[in-house]
Amino acid sequence: MDLLIFQAPILMVQASLDGILLGILFALIAYGMALQWGVMNIINIAQGELVIVGGYIAYFMYKAGVHPGFGIIVSPIIMYFVGWGLYKLVINKVVDRDLFISILATFGISILTQQLMNFIFGSDVVVAQSNFGTTMFFDGMVTLPNAKIFAAIVSIAFAIGLVIYMRKSKLGRAIRATAQNARAAKIMGVNTEKVYAATFGINAALCGVAGSLIAITFTLHPYVGLPYTVRSFMIVIIAGLGNLPGVAISGMGLGVFEEFADYILGTEFRIGSVFMLLVLILVYRRFKLSRKREYLK
Amino acid sequence: MKIKNIIITFISAIALVLSSASISLAKVVGDKIILGAAVSLTGKYSTNGEHTKNGYNFAVERINSMGGVKVGGKTYKFDIIYYDDESNSGRAAQLAERLIKQDGVQYMLGPYSSGLTKAIAPVTEENKIPMVEANGASRSLFTKGYKYLFAVLSAANQYLEVAIDLAVEKNGGNPVKIAMAFEQDAFSQDVRIGVVEAAKRTGSKIIIDDKLPKELNDMAATLAKVKATKPDVLVVSGHSKGALTAIRQIAEMKVDVKMLAMTHCDASKLAKQHGKNSEYALCAAQWHKSLSYKDEFFGDGMQYDKEFKAQFGYAPPYQAAESSAALLVWKDAFERANSLDKDKVRDALSKTEMQTFYGNIKFSPAGQNIAKPMVLFQVRCEGDKCENKVVAPTKWAAAKLVHPIPKWSER
Repeated sequence: MDLLIFQAPILMVQASLDGILLGILFALIAYGMALQWGVMNIINIAQGELVIVGGYIAYFMYKAGVHPGFGIIVSPIIMYFVGWGLYKLVINKVVDRDLFISILATFGISILTQQLMNFIFGSDVVVAQSNFGTTMFFDGMVTLPNAKIFAAIVSIAFAIGLVIYMRKSKLGRAIRATAQNARAAKIMGVNTEKVYAATFGINAALCGVAGSLIAITFTLHPYVGLPYTVRSFMIVIIAGLGNLPGVAISGMGLGVFEEFADYILGTEFRIGSVFMLLVLILVYRRFKLSRKREYLK
Repeated sequence: MKIKNIIITFISAIALVLSSASISLAKVVGDKIILGAAVSLTGKYSTNGEHTKNGYNFAVERINSMGGVKVGGKTYKFDIIYYDDESNSGRAAQLAERLIKQDGVQYMLGPYSSGLTKAIAPVTEENKIPMVEANGASRSLFTKGYKYLFAVLSAANQYLEVAIDLAVEKNGGNPVKIAMAFEQDAFSQDVRIGVVEAAKRTGSKIIIDDKLPKELNDMAATLAKVKATKPDVLVVSGHSKGALTAIRQIAEMKVDVKMLAMTHCDASKLAKQHGKNSEYALCAAQWHKSLSYKDEFFGDGMQYDKEFKAQFGYAPPYQAAESSAALLVWKDAFERANSLDKDKVRDALSKTEMQTFYGNIKFSPAGQNIAKPMVLFQVRCEGDKCENKVVAPTKWAAAKLVHPIPKWSER
């Protein structure tokens, strides 16, 4: 059974495509995390919960008779203000503090959001139907759900849009300046308080987009946010802060790695092998770093 | 000064009355038999916890209004003390302790889910308090030699055995090829054990045996393997999330299998959420309203369904039905024991042999209900409206099993 993927090479095509599509979606969430981590030095444990809240927005649009695909427009707008509000309420009090404090604070937000979602939306698992159909290749042996293709295209569009925005706009420049050196930026007249709020808002908006895509590709439940947090955390760690193309590549790489681990080792080792990879990468990094130090000596 | 003294005396008098009241809130107060239950009203099991509570309350009201419980020539009424266990097993065990030690409860009702029942059972067992539970199906509950635990529902390993037997029968009595994907949690793994045993018994071969991590909501890899190996039966169990994910991805990937057997179709509102995509899925359930079991309190399943709907505003899922049945078992045991002594009632419970609207109930020495088979239904659609139709056991079948499932290209 373990060798099925070699007996049927067509499965490799399927696995690679599934992995890439999955990875692009994760990369979008990681992208938001990398942005606010880089700018504010905050690890947002509530990232996954923001995604799920965004998903519920798309789900309720679907319930109200609107196609859930439009969630990618409505959800980020609402989520921007949610993120902005969260910053004003909690994050601004921990932004200059120790990393540990910010982890605790966002962990608290994560638990509170879960419970609130459970209270308001109920604990049922829900899905939104996009009815996008399926694209088939090789006589139906390789299938790609159009919803996932849609998700990938939307993710890429938002990512590119954000990169351009960061380069060209005034706020984008201010965000980059703050990321480089908050104090210097302040002296130069950048209102860092505003920049932080906007950054957190943009992060939440990206989560909103990802959430509404998850509503049509996977399932929603108040308590499934954590895997998205962990996955985006890993992607950022592997890519390194401030390395946005790296986030996209490590996202897709992880997605493909995950799918292949599933075929070769079995589904039960899928998530475990991803963590194994993380450990290996961290050890390798450390090893490389210590060699560099040797040279310097 | 005088007024202050009077007030203090007054307050302490009230406190004294209250404290003595809470002590005497034990097993029987006046004409009330007090049962205790920790149920999940918040947290991830809150929906099913609510069903459980509604099921209990519905039966309590019905039994009380129809004459109550007659013990030793006196008529008693049921009453339940509830606590919210927050869907947390540590909390559930604490609350069981509190119900028994502080509130003096001598008769317990079960919580929702196997995990929480497992947390409570050691506490009730240690204190020798009988517990009738209706929502803990895990097999391991019945292998620990518990003497005070009685479950009205069928054990988890019985859920999908029937489906394998059915597949073999449809295959002309020949062994079948089985692909299975189970979540890595106590309940789903118990269901898996049942399927593995059924496969062994029928000589069937398991060609895919995937275990899905709890955090996973993507089954694409498993389903691609299924597509490549073409098994006769695909078995999936992973609570609501598993059922919804499986149907979504089977439809997206156009996976053709002759039989698709699952659990949690009704809990996840599969037919409603996925509509036509869920058609022909075969689902295991503890109970269905169209079964012809009867009792004097609720009549038959149809009547229970109607009256429950009228009171609570939604159709009763089997979680509510089995919870109601637990109260019928308690009433029957009290009357046969003709005593309020917990050990006598426990002995009476162990000799239970009765029919309720929910099914026949008879306990094995381990406390497992051995008189009730599982029901299988198939999702069938007319136009856009999809419904669960019972297809097995054949005695109650309301519709004929569609086998093999039509190919996606022909739907």
